[in-house]
Amino acid sequence: MTPDTTTYMIAGFIIIFLCIVGYAASLIFRKKNISKKIINLEDNDNPQT
Amino acid sequence: MKQELQKYQKTPPLLIILDVLAALSLIAAFCLVMFYAPVEVEMGLVQKVFYFHVAAGWTGMLGFLVATIAAVACLKTGEARWDAASLAGVEIGMVFVGLCIVTGSLWARPIWNTWWTWDPRLTTALIMELVYAAYLLLRSGVDESSRKAKFSAIYAIVGFISVPLTFLSIRIFRTIHPVIVGGSTAASGSFAMTGRMEVAFFSSLAAFTILFAAFYWHRLRLGLLEKNLEERRMELNTGEES
Repeated sequence: MTPDTTTYMIAGFIIIFLCIVGYAASLIFRKKNISKKIINLEDNDNPQT
Repeated sequence: MKQELQKYQKTPPLLIILDVLAALSLIAAFCLVMFYAPVEVEMGLVQKVFYFHVAAGWTGMLGFLVATIAAVACLKTGEARWDAASLAGVEIGMVFVGLCIVTGSLWARPIWNTWWTWDPRLTTALIMELVYAAYLLLRSGVDESSRKAKFSAIYAIVGFISVPLTFLSIRIFRTIHPVIVGGSTAASGSFAMTGRMEVAFFSSLAAFTILFAAFYWHRLRLGLLEKNLEERRMELNTGEES
């Protein structure tokens, strides 16, 4: 008889997709953060503009 | 310098296409796994995790391989961009190998009746992950960028020994971990793949490889942006001092 292992499968796929989405979000967040730093740096470099 | 910074801030159209392709192929692979591949009789639905579990392991090892190649190039040329390329490979490799370990544990619980066992494959995979975690620690411990790049590159090359060791562990040691591709079906949790299972399996491998390419490109750009920002800061500081 085939055992009922549905819960483990659902947990597995939730973890997989959360991990992928989480990593993609971390890349976006880090890029935005650096872009902000660059803008600040440029502003400090050219305070009159 | 400003132009270079702007170049990395804007996402190239080819990368956007790759992102879309990665998302679509991942959805397609998931649909094949869920609706096309048959349910394995002895393990039930948890066996479907296998397709993404192996794909994650493959992608992780690919990340470490790319990191090693970039590390060799870094040592040879001394260029900072190769250091960023190596770091990107390690980071993505760690994410996917971590995912492989966690999904493997979830698969093992109903099949082996345990979350974890010190089997050669599981142990070598954990060691591999820890070896690369130490790589990140090493990087955070060195301030001067050229020394950091050099030490990291040497470490990445030496650390790569853990990758073939992990890959071959199920083929050279006595283990309960199944060898699905090119192995016997004697191990606990092993099974023979049917034609439909093979389609889902290779689609998952392809989807994760495309996902790796997209992630890697993004992470590399991020690394180069960080390096440029660092250089720009140093440039400004030097300008202020003089």
